[in-house]
Amino acid sequence: MIRGRCWKLGDNISTDHIISGKYKFSAIDNLEAMLPHVLEEVIPEFYKKVAKGDVIVGGKNFGKGSSREHAPRLLKLLGISAVIAKSFAHIFYRNAINIGLPVIVAQTIPEVSETEDIIEIDLANAVVRNVTKGIEEKFKPFPKELMMILESGGIVEYIKKYGVPPWVRSTE
Amino acid sequence: MGLIDTLLSRVIGKEVSPGDIVIIDVDTVYAHDGTAPLVIEVLEKELGVKKLYAADKTYFFIDHSAPAPHVSAAHVHREMRRFASKYAIRLFDVGYGICHQVVVEEGIVRPGMVVMGADSHTPTIGALALYSLGVGSTDAAIAIAYGKQWVRVPPTVNIVISGIPPRGVTSKDIILNIIGELGTDGMLGKAVEFNGDTLKHLSVDSRLTLTNMCTEMGAESAVIPLDEITLKWLEGKGVTPYRYVDYDYKKSEFVEEIVFEVDKMGPVVAAPPDVDNVVGVEEVEKVEVDQVFIGSCTNGRLEDIELAAKILRNRKVHPRVRCIVAPASRRVYVEALRKGYVDILLEAGCIVAPPTCGPCVGAHMGLLAEGEVAVSTSNRNFPGRMGHKNSKVYLSSPAVAAASAVEGRIADPRRYL
Ligand code: SF4
Repeated sequence: MIRGRCWKLGDNISTDHIISGKYKFSAIDNLEAMLPHVLEEVIPEFYKKVAKGDVIVGGKNFGKGSSREHAPRLLKLLGISAVIAKSFAHIFYRNAINIGLPVIVAQTIPEVSETEDIIEIDLANAVVRNVTKGIEEKFKPFPKELMMILESGGIVEYIKKYGVPPWVRSTE
Repeated sequence: MGLIDTLLSRVIGKEVSPGDIVIIDVDTVYAHDGTAPLVIEVLEKELGVKKLYAADKTYFFIDHSAPAPHVSAAHVHREMRRFASKYAIRLFDVGYGICHQVVVEEGIVRPGMVVMGADSHTPTIGALALYSLGVGSTDAAIAIAYGKQWVRVPPTVNIVISGIPPRGVTSKDIILNIIGELGTDGMLGKAVEFNGDTLKHLSVDSRLTLTNMCTEMGAESAVIPLDEITLKWLEGKGVTPYRYVDYDYKKSEFVEEIVFEVDKMGPVVAAPPDVDNVVGVEEVEKVEVDQVFIGSCTNGRLEDIELAAKILRNRKVHPRVRCIVAPASRRVYVEALRKGYVDILLEAGCIVAPPTCGPCVGAHMGLLAEGEVAVSTSNRNFPGRMGHKNSKVYLSSPAVAAASAVEGRIADPRRYL
């Protein structure tokens, strides 16, 4: 069960909002150095305010723009435990699953949630709850392979455990 | 079924439908200096893999910060060279050009292929009738290591473009008009296929602009079926299709079909702060411009440079404007040189840069200061994309860009054509 405080963001949060392209090259081998810049134009000093387990709740088209994987990696590194949004850009979605950051498509929760609300996510039963508001929503469960990746904490962890990616394993 | 599901069914050997998650052999994978460093890190540090099953199908490009504008980029480039030479991966070093252009003109990606590119504008190459998917670094790393990946078969929307483009309307204006209608999330979770009689009037150069910008509507992929124009273009390069797919869009069913009448369109720009903020060029003609950029994987091809040269011939870039032209590849550069376009541009007062992404992504060469305004032929005008967060980028065709360079404010190119 994931449980954390909500950070409510709007529609069209791009990977540039999450981490501007201008930092990408100056700190490629040191993600930590980029942390102070995460979402800096959206929530000033986000890196200081965020706490481990917090959940981001966005609107439509979350993670649009550049394919930079630094975006979900940095969110995870800051302690974000899941991102909920009405829809995701597909590269961000894949990247997040790959690094073991749950990404949940939901419609009601993004409507009703406010920053500071308490959010709970039950991945196994595909339910997301806004505890503060007392509202819950079912979401489409993850296909088996993707669930296995999330449970392992990312594709790299999965491969370390089983030797190959789940799809290679299932065709062997 | 659109071309993408037909192709995927053919590759997998059984019929697939939109929404299916399938495992597929990837024919080509590529990454650039923005995404390859993390690919290398995932493969060497995180996974510690010994063998890369798809090393011979993998290509690296140094195009984003090329030549290196600072020491950390130089370090990244050196790492890429080291890794590529260790695993016998073909690397296109500084100066070859932008990945999406080079894979197309070198015949690396061919009709019928399944291609993953670690870049969001990978759908560009779908203009060559292939399945393209933009991915992140870890996805690319897994494809390189195992030669296989999962994909979710996207639902395809058929965008039918009909009519002859009027004077001053390029494929960039067509796609900006479309994005203006459909919005930046209009094709989210979907793939776009282009059909319609307008295609007969669009060269491969022009078509690559159409597919390139589908990313800005959230499309996962974009594709244009194989036709005489593409086949002829391939023939000129001595390239043949990789896989033949028996396909006729007229017999296909799509999740949706949207028709756009190109003959009713005019030249447009996408005003900041987003790509769907599309307005007729005449509505913004008073906006003064500090910089013009003609280049990128959207509009840095020969036809684009030709169009700019046509407008700038015997004219001068306005004294207030820095006009940077960066051919998308070395081949484009050489051809532009041979045809005399580079001379024309230099004499007009342009800065002709080496093939690079550079200004498009605010990586180097031509960053904008606070409050400055640029007209750019690239594909994104998000705040801060080309420099300071309070600088402004108007996206346009090369014709609008060149006319704006002459007048020092956003200008209607029809006066010059
Ligand atoms: S030219 Fe711009 S959009 Fe195209 S690949 Fe380079 S940085 Fe990306």
